[in-house]
Amino acid sequence: MKKLLATLLFGMMFFGLSAQNKSDLPNITLKNLDGESVNIAELNNDGNPFVMTFWATWCGPCVKEHNALTEVYDEWVEETGVKIFAVSIDDARSTAKIKPFVDGKGWPFEILLDVNSELKRAMNVSNPPHTFLFDGDGKIVWQHTGYLDGGEEDLYQEILKISK
Amino acid sequence: MKRIFILVTFVLGVTTVYGQDFFNKSKVTGSFQIDGNYYWEDEGIGITADKINGEKFGAYGFGKMQYQLGNFTAGMRFEAYQNTPMSGFDARIKGMGVANYFATYDNGTIGITVGDIYDQFGNGLIFRTYEEWTLGFDNSLRGIRAVYRPTEGVTLKGLYGKQRYYWASYTEERGYVRGIDGEWDLNQSISAWNNAKLKATLGASFVSKYEKGDNMEIYGMTYKVPENVGAYAGRVNLGYGRFGFSAEYAHKINDPSYFNNWIYRDGEELLASLSYSQKGLGIVLQAKRVDNMSFKSMRTASQNDLDIGFIPPLNYTHTHSLPSMFSYATQPNGEMGIQFQINYTIPKKTALGGKYGTKLAFNYSQVNDIKRDSIMANGEPTINLIGTKGYTSPFFAIGDKMFYRDFNFEIEKKISKDWHLTLMYINLYYDMETIEGHPGAEAVEAHFAFGEVIYKVNKKHSVRLELQHMWDNVSQDQEIDPVYEEYYVKRGNWFAFLLEYTIAPKWFISVADKYNYGNPIAENRDHYITGSFGYIKDQTRIAISGGRQSQGLVCVGGVCREVPASSGVALTITTSF
Repeated sequence: MKKLLATLLFGMMFFGLSAQNKSDLPNITLKNLDGESVNIAELNNDGNPFVMTFWATWCGPCVKEHNALTEVYDEWVEETGVKIFAVSIDDARSTAKIKPFVDGKGWPFEILLDVNSELKRAMNVSNPPHTFLFDGDGKIVWQHTGYLDGGEEDLYQEILKISK
Repeated sequence: MKRIFILVTFVLGVTTVYGQDFFNKSKVTGSFQIDGNYYWEDEGIGITADKINGEKFGAYGFGKMQYQLGNFTAGMRFEAYQNTPMSGFDARIKGMGVANYFATYDNGTIGITVGDIYDQFGNGLIFRTYEEWTLGFDNSLRGIRAVYRPTEGVTLKGLYGKQRYYWASYTEERGYVRGIDGEWDLNQSISAWNNAKLKATLGASFVSKYEKGDNMEIYGMTYKVPENVGAYAGRVNLGYGRFGFSAEYAHKINDPSYFNNWIYRDGEELLASLSYSQKGLGIVLQAKRVDNMSFKSMRTASQNDLDIGFIPPLNYTHTHSLPSMFSYATQPNGEMGIQFQINYTIPKKTALGGKYGTKLAFNYSQVNDIKRDSIMANGEPTINLIGTKGYTSPFFAIGDKMFYRDFNFEIEKKISKDWHLTLMYINLYYDMETIEGHPGAEAVEAHFAFGEVIYKVNKKHSVRLELQHMWDNVSQDQEIDPVYEEYYVKRGNWFAFLLEYTIAPKWFISVADKYNYGNPIAENRDHYITGSFGYIKDQTRIAISGGRQSQGLVCVGGVCREVPASSGVALTITTSF
C-alpha cells in the first residue's frame, strides 16, 4: 500500500511539473447558475483585473457587501473594466435557492456554486465574506476577510492601482 | 505520521532534482486559526466545573498547508482541540495531530486524489464528506478517488475509503465506503444543444458500505444484519429561460442500525425544487420526503458522526441571535417538508422603491413527520419494532406531527445616503421534543421582531444597532414541573441588542446582550453579555471577545462563524498566506 502511494505521489508530481502554473487559480470545476461547468483555472477577464468574493445566503455581512458592490458596479466597470465573480459556499440546502435569491436582490455578478466548499478550502478561506482581487493574469494582488460598511472603497482603490 | 514523512521526503527530493525550475513553478499556501480561551464556570450554558476540570485555559486551532505544482496539489491540516470544555463539542474530538492530508493530480481530464477526500454526489443525499472545523465535525473519507472527464459535460467519479471518526485509528473497526457517480450535461456535451433554450443535466450515483460481521447482538438477541448496504440515487436539473426545475431521488436497501432502532425497512428520499426568476424577482418552491435514510459507516454510531449521506434541511437559516437558538435539525428517520421563498426588489425611483429601491423577502417552511402505518409482527400490529420491517408509509401522506414551521418577512431599505434600515418578523413553531430529543418538552410557538439601523458617520465610520424581541408561548408565571426544568432554560420572553461601531476596513468594536427576562424559572432570567473588539488587516483578523456566548452562528465584526457555547475571555486569530 505504501509503495503504491509513494509511486502515485511521485508520478503525480512528475506530471505536475510538466504543466504550466501561471496563475493563483486552482484547477477546480464549479457550476454556474445555468448549470454549466466552469474551470476556475480558466477564469479571466480579458486581461483586466477581476474580483472573487466568497459569500453565503445566511451571511449578513456578505449580503451587505454584495448590495454595496451592486450600487457601484456599473461605475467601476466603466472606469476599470473590472468583473466580479461571487462564489456561493451555500451547501445543498440552498443550491436551488441561489438563482432566485441573487435575481431577487438584483445582483449583477457572475455567480459560481461551491456546494461542498472545494474552492473555499483551496483558496484557504476560513470565514465568509472573503474577497480576493486578481490581476489580469490571475495572480492574487490583494485579499480581505470580513466586510465592514464602506469597505468597498478600499477594494476600489486597490483595483485602481492595477487597472490600465 | 509515517505517511507525512514520505510525502515531505518526496517533496524535498523532487525539489532537489528539478532545482530552479521547480521553485519558479511551485507554490505554498495555507491558513491558520487559533482560539485561545480563559473559561469561567457557567452552568446556564453547560460550562460546568466538571467540564472545566481545573483547565481554565483552553486553546483550539488548526493550521493548513497546501503545496501546488502545476496540476499537482498536496496538503495537510493540523488540528488541536486542547482543553476545550465547550458545550456543543463531542468529547472525543479532544486531541491533536495531523488530522488530514491529501495529494491530488488533476489535468482537467483525469484527476486522482489519495488521502482524505471531501466530495459530494449530486445534492449529497447518499454521499457527502465535509468539515465544519469550528464545530468539530469532519467525516472525510481516507482513501482514493478518481475523476474522469472523457468529453466536455461528462464527469465520472469513483472513490473508496474509510471515514474519519474523531481521532480513532483507520485500522479500527468501522465500515468501508465505495461509490461511483456520473453526471452528464447535455448542453455542454452535444454540440447541437449548446445554445438550446432548454438546459439539462442528468446524474446518477451508487454508494455502498461494507461493515464486517453479519451477526449483531442487540439487547441480548442475535440478529442477522447485511454486511453490504447499497444505495443509489438519480437526479435531473432542468432550466428553461426564467424557470428552473431540479429533483433527486435516493433509495437505500435495508440497513438496520442504532439510529433507526434496528429495523429492516428500505430507505428513500426525494428532494425537488421549482424556481422562477428575473431581474428583481426570485421565487422558489421546494419539497422533500425522507424515510429511514440515516446512512452511516458504522451501525452502532449514535451521534452526529460517520454520516455517509447528507439530508439537506429545507428551511431558512436564521442568523439573528434569538431565532437562531431554535434551529431545525433534520430527522433522518422520517420527515416531509416544503419551503417557499420570494425575493423582490421594488425598483429605484418608484413610489415604494424610493431613491435606492427596497428589498423584500418572504419565506415559509414547514416540516412534518411522515405517516407510519403498523405492520404485523408475531401476530400483533407494531410500528418500528426491533428486528421487523418497521412500518409501511404511503409516499404522499403527511404525518400529523409538525416538527417545525417558520414564516418570516424582511424589508431592507436604504433610506438616504447615511441611513440603512432592516426590519424582520418571524413566526416560529419548534417541536423541542423531536428536534432536541427531550421527550415531553413543550413545543415553542414564538414571534420575533428584529430591527437593524445602520448610520454612516462618514465614508469609513458606521454605527450599527440591532434590536430583537422574542415572545414565547411559555409565560413568566407558568408553573414548571421540576422534572422538566432543564427543558425551560431558553424559554420565555427574550430581549436582545447589539451595538457595533466600525471603521472600514480595519476596526470594529461591539457590545451585545441577550436577556431572558421572561423565563418561567426565576434563576434562568439571565443576561448573556458579550463584548468584542477586533482588527482586520487584509486576510488577517484578530478579535478579542469576552462574556457569555451561547452556541450558534455569530456574525460580528464583518464575518459570520459558527461558535460553541463558552464563557470567559477569548482571543481569535485567523489568517492565510
